[in-house]
Amino acid sequence: MSTQMQQLYQQVILDHSRSRIGNQALLRDDATGAHGFSHQVNPTCGDEIELETELLDDGTIAVRWTGDGCSISMASASVLSELATEASVADMLDIEAKFHELMHSRGTLEADEEILGDAAAFTGVSKFPARIKCALLSWVAFKDALNQAQTSLEE
Amino acid sequence: MFSRLRNDFPILDTRVGESALSYLDSGATSQKPQCVIDTFTEYFQQRNAAVHRGAHTLAVMATDAFESGREAVSNLVGGVPEQVCWTKNATEALNVVALGMDRASHGFGGESAGRFALGPDDSIVVTEMEHHANLVPWQQLAQSTGAQLRWIPVTDSGELDLSDLSSIVDETTKVFAFTHVSNVLGTINPVKILVARAREVGAFVVLDACQSVPHMPVNFVDLDVDFAAFSAHKALGPTGLGVLWGKSELLNSLPPVLTGGSMITTVTMDKSEFMDAPQRFEAGTQPVAEVAAFATAVNYLAEVGLDRIFDHERELARVLLDGVAQIPGIRVLGAAKDRIGTVAFDVEGVHAHDVGQYLDSQGVAVRVGHHCAQPLHRRYGVTASTRASTYLYNNVEDCERFLAALAEVRPFFGVQ
Repeated sequence: MSTQMQQLYQQVILDHSRSRIGNQALLRDDATGAHGFSHQVNPTCGDEIELETELLDDGTIAVRWTGDGCSISMASASVLSELATEASVADMLDIEAKFHELMHSRGTLEADEEILGDAAAFTGVSKFPARIKCALLSWVAFKDALNQAQTSLEE
Repeated sequence: MFSRLRNDFPILDTRVGESALSYLDSGATSQKPQCVIDTFTEYFQQRNAAVHRGAHTLAVMATDAFESGREAVSNLVGGVPEQVCWTKNATEALNVVALGMDRASHGFGGESAGRFALGPDDSIVVTEMEHHANLVPWQQLAQSTGAQLRWIPVTDSGELDLSDLSSIVDETTKVFAFTHVSNVLGTINPVKILVARAREVGAFVVLDACQSVPHMPVNFVDLDVDFAAFSAHKALGPTGLGVLWGKSELLNSLPPVLTGGSMITTVTMDKSEFMDAPQRFEAGTQPVAEVAAFATAVNYLAEVGLDRIFDHERELARVLLDGVAQIPGIRVLGAAKDRIGTVAFDVEGVHAHDVGQYLDSQGVAVRVGHHCAQPLHRRYGVTASTRASTYLYNNVEDCERFLAALAEVRPFFGVQ
């Protein structure tokens, strides 16, 4: 097996793609806290995610999602959901920005595991231009949904 | 013969990492023989000039190169050169027909275009196995004219379900647009049966021939279709070039969509008269080098023989289907007997994107995704599939390398 493949499909990614954190029915309008919703599609391959964020009283974000896609996109949504359970909104925005930067680095950046946690395992993905969108699909949905949740909080 | 002609395609010597390349993605685009690449280069080295204007020697040579493409294509698919109109791609060719009918429906083109006018009492029929290129333009036409859009469903075995053909295609049907060969399932559709029904109700037939013309003998005159579309790049030619073929009388009354230079007879400040086909549909500067190169591609195909190419690929399809059937957890989409060397499948527990990535790591190039046929994939309960598609330059070894790599996919992803 080529090293590139091993770099791409880290065990962490394969594990997350099989047992997916946050993969559960959306509450939609039944959510009690400030919440937002986003539906993202990767038109080139049909990968799809519906993701919901809810701002909890303890300052963290609950993430729920359903989706259909490759192991990279599903594992990425799972890792994101796990990170959100322990992070503040400000932390998550920082993680999102760092993950975005990492994905567009074409393998030139060293991932900061302290901040990115399991998301650091996606470093190898950045060397595969066709798969970067897979890794970012849930993060795009997350950013969109979080933005809505924050807006609804302000209203 | 087929083992020798592989050497005509320099790209097949490419290494993918440490592996040799097995290119099984010709359904998406074909590779080009050296003679086609040479024609393209030589055009710019020796013959480049503006066509259809200017009296100088180069202009004459360029015009000859351009027009020889039409002749090569009409020799391949039937009819006369004037029935061959160049477009940007097959998608544009299908849009030229659909949008031309839209224009006719809104009063363009005078009396002779009236036959193409649609309204709320009319219907347009497509099939559930269409590429988006032969579906979306008809959805747009239906929306614009109020006509009803209907479709022929697909059976589990990947064939058109013709049990309700006579009620789906009925007296209201103005257009019957369908693919000759499915780009996903590889199924060859019974064109003559479909055309016969269209004739009974007076509907125009539009054939998507993208997956048939490169792989089998096709004669649009024998098939008696009204319009047909295909692309050069899937038939050993360059990108940026498609063909709209039509019956001359119909082409000459269809309102053009792209208007401007090179397609008019007289222009005054308030109106214009248009030329007949093919120039009618060729506004602006045309892809002359592409046409010249495509002429070489078509002649190459004719020299090999489309009947022999068809037989060769049928044999490869058999190897692929027999081999895939031996691998646990693989479900082939469709099972049509009458088919080309295109096999799409779902790997249980592994997404198509991951399948394609693994195969690539073994030097095997396939297509993954919905192949621009989302409704068809929905019909089979999947959003994406993996597709292996052959061409004349593939051999049994390519198929075996593909099968060996495919057998490793589920173990690699830890799926039992």
